[in-house]
Amino acid sequence: MTIAEMEKPNERGLQQVAANERLTFFGLTLPYLLMVTALIVIPVGWLFYLSFIGRDGSLSFENYERMMKSKAYIRIFLTTFKISILTTIICAAIGYPLAYFMSQLSRKWANICMIGVLIPFWTSLLVRTYAWLVLLQKKGLLNNMAIEMGLISEPIKIVHNTTGTLIGMVHIMLPFLILPLYANMRAIDKDTLKAASSLGATPTRAFWTVFFPLSLPGLLAGLLIVFVLCLGFYVTPAILGGGRVIMAAMKISSNIELYFSWGAASALGVVLLVVTGIILFIASKLVSMDQLGNR
Amino acid sequence: MNETSLNISIREVTKKYDQFYALKDVSLEIKSGEFMTLLGPSGSGKTTLLMVLAGFTNPDYGSVKFGDEEVILKPPHLRGIGMVFQNYALFPHMTVEQNVGYPQKLRGVSTAETKRSVEEALSTVKLEGLGHRGINELSGGQRQRVALARAIVFKPKILLMDEPLSALDKKLREEMQIELRQLHDTLNMTTVYVTHDQKEALTMSDRITVINDGELMQLGTPNEIYEHPNNHFIADFIGESSLLPVAVRNGKASLNGEEITLAEKTKKSGDFLLVVRPEKAFLADKKVKGSNYFVGNLIDSIFQGESQLLVVELNSGDDDGREVRVRVPNESVTQKALPLVGENVTIGLKVADSYVVS
Repeated sequence: MTIAEMEKPNERGLQQVAANERLTFFGLTLPYLLMVTALIVIPVGWLFYLSFIGRDGSLSFENYERMMKSKAYIRIFLTTFKISILTTIICAAIGYPLAYFMSQLSRKWANICMIGVLIPFWTSLLVRTYAWLVLLQKKGLLNNMAIEMGLISEPIKIVHNTTGTLIGMVHIMLPFLILPLYANMRAIDKDTLKAASSLGATPTRAFWTVFFPLSLPGLLAGLLIVFVLCLGFYVTPAILGGGRVIMAAMKISSNIELYFSWGAASALGVVLLVVTGIILFIASKLVSMDQLGNR
Repeated sequence: MNETSLNISIREVTKKYDQFYALKDVSLEIKSGEFMTLLGPSGSGKTTLLMVLAGFTNPDYGSVKFGDEEVILKPPHLRGIGMVFQNYALFPHMTVEQNVGYPQKLRGVSTAETKRSVEEALSTVKLEGLGHRGINELSGGQRQRVALARAIVFKPKILLMDEPLSALDKKLREEMQIELRQLHDTLNMTTVYVTHDQKEALTMSDRITVINDGELMQLGTPNEIYEHPNNHFIADFIGESSLLPVAVRNGKASLNGEEITLAEKTKKSGDFLLVVRPEKAFLADKKVKGSNYFVGNLIDSIFQGESQLLVVELNSGDDDGREVRVRVPNESVTQKALPLVGENVTIGLKVADSYVVS
């Protein structure tokens, strides 16, 4: 027998150990895999199938054709994108300075601020939305106070329209922007800012040339989460929009509840899903390029 | 004053945190073109002093002058210093070239001149041709060099370095020590170097400032600091000294009740510590005049490559066993058998090497 043919010490046993480990890991992921299959893959597949079924029950593209032609649908898509983009931009404008401020605090004070961000985040969405309604409506707190202080003579309309929807959505979405952004900013090495400064950069210059570019991955992640969540948002625009602001999710709901048209609702759902997928794909390209360190 | 460097004058710099002094009345003159090391254990205040020079820490009071100009009220970006940070602090979103070119861009230097100076700086630190690399593609040693190139590209007159070699492995660190020193000699900028590594300080510096508990303990050339520490903290911190209690009464010094002769005769009465450097002590076969001798028991013998370190416990009157370390050349070099552990040995120390600290 040559050496190559001889069994090496414990070779089989060690292979068995490695195989067992793989089996354990698979076992640990199994419940989640089953759940994803049952609750996501199958329903989404079913949705996809339904979207190609016409009113008469035959296979057709009529659901998609109607979406392309109908002015109402186009308006709904435009509204959805407009509200989502505006919410995302306002969230960034409010959230970035706040996350920056928190990232510069000591851990202790930053954690206290973080609780302030998280408490509304943990409160029921419905409660917060109705709270806004109380504050913003015609005879609400805000209007009453402004009239009493003599700032305005007539109550102004700040709810049941785009303004109200935006106020509510920004409030709900803000934590989703702040959390990833803050985590990213915390991880930025503070010495890089000191280095920039020792090399001659004014604080403003150091911020724009060093801090801001390094915070971009967190900002992009936050923008993305907010935008994608906005696209499918239902509760807040339904209540604060007062029926005047109709977004895609609300149309899906009315298609089913009012018109019993599962096909039309499914088609709308599929379009939303595809758009979200495209945005995620583009964003992942942007972020990974940034992480490669190329400009 | 020459054109490539500035002297630094530090006066009464004091920084207090609550009840604790990070810097206590530190005054210090650093000559133009000098390689000055701030040496001390961690928490001694050496980094705080460097941060005061850079402008990142404001002292409670004190003055820092670069040349004739008071800079203590100036923000860091107007001080015109080059600085190398402990963790390099490179910009991860820029290439090597962009990192090194950053200070030039800020100064509005033309693209062509920036390119030339970046290439020059990269070649000074031996990184030619790596300009297009990303920071994450570099090894620790290469990052160190980029940080250095970035700090010298705009030819600052003062270069500050905060433990720049502490993250490198021993071999690379020792190579870089020599390289940094050569670089300093070429560029001739005033360099302030912070380290806790006494060997590094002895290797690289023109002069060393030893700092402990926020206070300046001793300032001198490496030779002065090593050969004539002026207190027991430095004697203990620099080198691997053994410190033995010595009592001086009426001009006569005694150790464990036996009279010894000190290098300096004029010591006042009091209690002192005899500094025994391992390489100055020797194994004695017979007692000759001109040296002090101590008898003890060999308790350990450690092979260290080129030398052997002997740990000897002195026979003392009181039960307070004092250890002395003696470094002897490797056996195969001397061709002489070393004593075995457990044997009694006699250690000699020349009178000229017998100095005490308080």
